[in-house]
Amino acid sequence: MDAIFLQILNGLDKGGAYALIALGLTLVFGTLGVVNFAHGAIFMMGAFCAVTLEKLLTLSVKVKDESVTFFDAYKETPYLELWFGDTGTAIIDWSVPLSIILAIPVMLLIGIVMERFLIRHFYKRPHAEQILVTFGLAIVLQEVVKAAFGANPIPQGAPDIVSGSAAVGALFGLGEAVVYPWWRLIYLAFSLMTIGLVFSFLHFTTYGMVVRAGMADRETVELLGINIERRFTIVFGIAAVVAGLAGVMYTPVLPPDYHLGMDFLVLSFVVVVVGGMGSLPGAVAAGFLLGILQSFSSMTEVKDIFPGIDQIIIYLVAVVILLTRPRGLMGRRGVMES
Amino acid sequence: MSNTKIVSPKKDMIFMAILSAVVLTMPLWLQPFGAAYPDLMQKFMIFGIFAIGYNILFGLTGYLSFGHAAFLGVGSYTAVWSFKLLSMNVIPALIFGTVLSGLFALAIGFVSLRRSGIYFSILTLAFAQMSYNLAYSVLTPITNGETGLQLEQADPRVLDRMSGIVADGSLPTPNLFGIEGIGYSGFYICAALMLISFFIYLRIFRSPFGLKLRAIKSNQNRMGYTGFSTRPYLMTAFVISGMYAGLAGSLLAVTDPLAGAERMQWTASGEVVLITILGGVGTLIGPLLGAGIIKYFENIFSAFNDTVLLNAFSFLPDWLAHPVASLVGLFVGEGWHLTLGLVFMLIVIFLPGGIMEGISRLSRLVTNRGKSDSHENKEKEQTSAGEV
Amino acid sequence: MSETKLIGNVSRRTILKGSAATTGAALIGGTFPMHFIKNAHAQTFRGDPGSAASVKLGFNVPQTGPYADEGADELRAYQLAVKHINGEGDGGMLNTMKPLELKGNGILGKKVEFVTGDTQTKSDAARASAKRMIEKDNVAMVTGGSSSGVAIAVQGLCQEMGVIFMAGLTHSNDTTGKDKKRYGFRHFFNAYMSGQAIAPVLLDEYGNERRAYHLTADYTWGWTQEESIKAATENIGWETVNTVRTPVGAGDFSQYITPVLNSGADVLILNHYGKDMVNSLTQAVQFGLRDKQVNGKNFEIVVPLYSRLMAQGAGEAAKGILGTTNWHWSLTDAGSQAFVKSFGQEYGFPPSQAAHTCYVQTLLYANACEMAGTFAPWEVIKQLEGFEFDGAGNGPTLYRAEDHQCFKDVLVVRGKENPQSNFDLLEVVKNVPRAQVEYPADMFGGELGPYQV
Repeated sequence: MDAIFLQILNGLDKGGAYALIALGLTLVFGTLGVVNFAHGAIFMMGAFCAVTLEKLLTLSVKVKDESVTFFDAYKETPYLELWFGDTGTAIIDWSVPLSIILAIPVMLLIGIVMERFLIRHFYKRPHAEQILVTFGLAIVLQEVVKAAFGANPIPQGAPDIVSGSAAVGALFGLGEAVVYPWWRLIYLAFSLMTIGLVFSFLHFTTYGMVVRAGMADRETVELLGINIERRFTIVFGIAAVVAGLAGVMYTPVLPPDYHLGMDFLVLSFVVVVVGGMGSLPGAVAAGFLLGILQSFSSMTEVKDIFPGIDQIIIYLVAVVILLTRPRGLMGRRGVMES
Repeated sequence: MSNTKIVSPKKDMIFMAILSAVVLTMPLWLQPFGAAYPDLMQKFMIFGIFAIGYNILFGLTGYLSFGHAAFLGVGSYTAVWSFKLLSMNVIPALIFGTVLSGLFALAIGFVSLRRSGIYFSILTLAFAQMSYNLAYSVLTPITNGETGLQLEQADPRVLDRMSGIVADGSLPTPNLFGIEGIGYSGFYICAALMLISFFIYLRIFRSPFGLKLRAIKSNQNRMGYTGFSTRPYLMTAFVISGMYAGLAGSLLAVTDPLAGAERMQWTASGEVVLITILGGVGTLIGPLLGAGIIKYFENIFSAFNDTVLLNAFSFLPDWLAHPVASLVGLFVGEGWHLTLGLVFMLIVIFLPGGIMEGISRLSRLVTNRGKSDSHENKEKEQTSAGEV
Repeated sequence: MSETKLIGNVSRRTILKGSAATTGAALIGGTFPMHFIKNAHAQTFRGDPGSAASVKLGFNVPQTGPYADEGADELRAYQLAVKHINGEGDGGMLNTMKPLELKGNGILGKKVEFVTGDTQTKSDAARASAKRMIEKDNVAMVTGGSSSGVAIAVQGLCQEMGVIFMAGLTHSNDTTGKDKKRYGFRHFFNAYMSGQAIAPVLLDEYGNERRAYHLTADYTWGWTQEESIKAATENIGWETVNTVRTPVGAGDFSQYITPVLNSGADVLILNHYGKDMVNSLTQAVQFGLRDKQVNGKNFEIVVPLYSRLMAQGAGEAAKGILGTTNWHWSLTDAGSQAFVKSFGQEYGFPPSQAAHTCYVQTLLYANACEMAGTFAPWEVIKQLEGFEFDGAGNGPTLYRAEDHQCFKDVLVVRGKENPQSNFDLLEVVKNVPRAQVEYPADMFGGELGPYQV
């Protein structure tokens, strides 16, 4: 029972990450009709916003370690600690959550620039060309990050206060031994909140309603004299911000490296397609579904019956769903079929 | 483009003759490019076969498969097993590799072709990734996992032993009745098979079957309304391209008898998509060019290092040579992926029809035929829009 | 001569030795520029610099992919080795290694040059790159690599091609076990040695009543390490609760870690390397495993194969974690000091264990050529086989003739709790003497194959 409860939590946590990445991807597809293979790279850039801020906050006074000869080794004390003492230490400790403040404008800017200078010219071009050009962009972005930060993962710590585990078991009457890391619970809450925000934006603001109208029937909206292009640019920016924040918050779980985006690229596409291309609720549902199934398939009890099932579960589910529901969980007819 | 026009068989034969001449003299004219060594030329041929096969599916029908690497992998594994169990002769290896990949494509195609568009792409991707993941881990008894399936001294090689051929000392090499699969002779084996494959591919392009495939691409629904069942045609195209991939995979094993699981990874499937688009989707010769360029990049650009660069820029004054070398160094050696990414972007942005479009633009620029030029341009745009 | 042999024995040498090769060429009607027939005469061999003034070596390292940083460090070490062999710089280990016949004038009076390639940590790409070095650049030796799959693949190729392969970082027992080759040599230690080295330390630190839970990367290297560590820990009385295989590149390991929490195990052994290890260790610590008390003992995590780059990637999580490593820059013997000094002065930071093994491998090859008085691989191999040397950073070392595995001291290290500087991430807990990690040469099976191919 405890094991199953923990696996559900694992699945939800994973699912939260998948849903967040897939959400932006499907948003861009649904509004702009663009298949964006650089979306994983945007996720990775978000993670590197956190790395950059941490590097900035820990700019240090370097005192040479005299015991080391032959090369220069330093004992580093961050300026922030020197200037502000414990307050400085606390700021550094909170660098990942603080990165959110940095990541929102940066990712918005990256998204808008990408849309204005590249993606815009590909609205009317075939999907194959969109895939290729965004794939090329993804490679370029990751190589630039590699040149700047190296290929090794760069660890990012969660704030001390939430780096321990919460006794979630007690809440559900499962005993004290059932614990779960605070940061992962925060991540789950954060992803649910972000998903909620995106949905409310699209459903409860005039701006969002126009965007949705544009998704449904672009020409009519344009005939009404609304500059849908500009709104779509903003939508692309929002998608980049969502993916970027997903990346920032994921850094304490997965020390980021330049290849992070590619690692999530295939997976996020599977999630989007299983959910149904262009369907936001579909992407969210598929994200959580695949996350939970992946967790359960990894249990020894399951693997004993089906060896290697955890290696292929995601793809197996994708095949089964696409064969039983032709357009994914909630896809619309006629999207991406020709 | 030429493939949409009716071309006389005679012209095709001339075309084949020129192609054969160009391919067979590669060891000579590739010399100045530093690419005239057997392994790279073999790769040109093998990935050429892979890409033209892929073009039969993607170029003609427009179905974007993200799983063709699985067929390449199956072809390789089968060929290596054929070397291990039956004979070092390449003929059974090529036949089994191609046929088994065809059967595998039949099974995957049967399921995947129930859907179209991106749903088809993801289905093929899913099957290929499942194959890769399983080959890497639980199927290790068959695939030898991460290390890759290799030949061993103690392999049975039943047919070889029956005909009294015993490997002494070192491992035997795949051969065609004594002609080795490695080195320059290996290149000629690959080249011969590539030319045969290309001829079949040419016939398919020109055939009524090819025309029907194109019709599927331009409007599948209309095909359906005319009472035409498209599935059998798609299925045939899918299986043929799977067999081409299987042949390419077995040739990889012929020229280098090791089959690794990475061959089936999605990045490998992605590579053939890139090759085809880079060269020119739906064009006859484009995929061959694409294969050549990508493989050339991979092998030559990744081999540059600081020392080579400094030597190359040694004509510059010292204070300039270093910064220039390190700037260029960002794009070659460990940075060669960056160049690759930039090339993809530039080609797609400026030459959506791939290199073939670049070539036809260039030739138009050279011939510059005034009025007829703009007319042809228009026609050209129409065909390429339909093609991609 | 070929007629008689053709009937009974169609192997490539006999075919090529005789006229059959030309018949074959004529058959397909091609011309063979630079046509190269291996060993057509006893004296010729691939990579022979002949009368050229220089000899080329091939450095085949991962430049893209997850091990790119490790590959970059290997390349630095190779360049340093070439400098030292050519008599430039301060000479590094040339001053400390004994016996050594290198004079600082290249190899056999020929200046050493090199070509580089990218393995991409994929067997196919690694073999393609090695083939380019052999076929196009005519290298006398290929070296490098940062994973066992690649090492075994390239080693197999080099055996077929008749070019010596000096393996870089490869830790699987198979490299010099089941897949050993006459033309392949490994200086790095292996999983079995890791197990033998770390077990006594684990006994000292954590006692003999422990229950271990293994998470293992689901591929050949992971399996051999799991097997070796399991055997070694069971030998000191530990019980193995469970061994679970995890997909390579799983990223998030939470679904494999939560079952550990309530399994009754009190030690978690992570048979992961590279990014998998960084992720699984980070997450295991995040799940509070290290703060746990099980069976009245502190829960412990062990990472059998450790490196400084990985410790850096795991950051805080690596502190206090035990593991083994081939070499560490803080060693104070003359050989290590000489190497760290040259490397540090050249690049401004300390070398990694991968850099060390690659540097030593290059010197060993160069020295063997010098001793053999020729580049002919079968002669060089004979010099390397059974070669005993000292002053290369791991104490007295033997290149065992039977399996081409180096036997030397192994380090047990721990992630440092209070680093004194930015590079001070590991502390050496114990320098395990060579005698403790030795094993019979036939333990892992395999065949070396012939000297001449």
